[in-house]
Amino acid sequence: MKFKQKIKKIPNPWKFLTATIAIYILILFFSPEIFFNSLNFSKKIFVKIAPIFIVVFVLMALSNYFITPKVIIRHLKGKGIKKWFFIITGGILSSGPIYMWYPLLGDLKKKGLSNGLIACFLYNRAIKIPLLPIAIAYFGLKYIIILTFTMVAFSIIQGILINKLMEIKN
Amino acid sequence: MKHSAIKAAKSIWNSFPLIIGTVLLVSLFSTIIPKNFILLVFKNNFILDPLIGGFFGSVFAGNPLVSYIFAGELLKQGISLIAITAFIVSWVTVGIIQIPAEAAILGKKFTLMRNITAFVFAIIVATITILILNII
Repeated sequence: MKFKQKIKKIPNPWKFLTATIAIYILILFFSPEIFFNSLNFSKKIFVKIAPIFIVVFVLMALSNYFITPKVIIRHLKGKGIKKWFFIITGGILSSGPIYMWYPLLGDLKKKGLSNGLIACFLYNRAIKIPLLPIAIAYFGLKYIIILTFTMVAFSIIQGILINKLMEIKN
Repeated sequence: MKHSAIKAAKSIWNSFPLIIGTVLLVSLFSTIIPKNFILLVFKNNFILDPLIGGFFGSVFAGNPLVSYIFAGELLKQGISLIAITAFIVSWVTVGIIQIPAEAAILGKKFTLMRNITAFVFAIIVATITILILNII
């Protein structure tokens, strides 16, 4: 019973890593060649992404410092197009896990924030500026610029669509 | 600023087991599964590829950083960029795992509609992005 409770207390990411390492240990016994080839492959990936983490760290720290829920709420008081602009910016700049933002969005909904704007905010959370260096390293600057602009455009379309759909349903 | 830096460091540290685990799994996947098999599933079909990519992106969820590494390595294995794009977009915009929490706070109808439209849009965004990329 105590063992089960201890296992439950381990965060999921660590459980995932432990399971992956266990798979590797098994493979080492059955096929050392696959084990060493996979490890070499991993080494190459780590060498490639390690330096980018310094940039990711700096951008994350800056985003944490300047963008807080308070700052976002303050700017959501705008009207019309301005409101859409701030909701997109807020979604892009917001940090932390998505479930952290649900209570705030739920509260804003009660205060009159439309469903469309909430959907738009959640869609723009897919664009993470601190993580762009990694994305650019893998997919290239041109691709990331096109993808980002397309996603912003579709976040607005989704927002408008959600507003319409919610009206029909109600 | 110190507090923000610590928060950022903690956030990266919390992602580390996921990143290391993902890199190890992707490496294993790349070593074991032959390229021919991947190309058998993803046949560079402009309609099917984003659908499959979008589906997997919707089922898996988590840190977008992991999706970039995972997708970036799969791209090297020969999976089409349109499938990869749908995968990356749906990874963060569709949240099947988070549906109960989202529905409890923001409402069932809203959550259902948001996730369905996000899945459809992931495919459309992928298609448009690749079309523009090919034109420019």
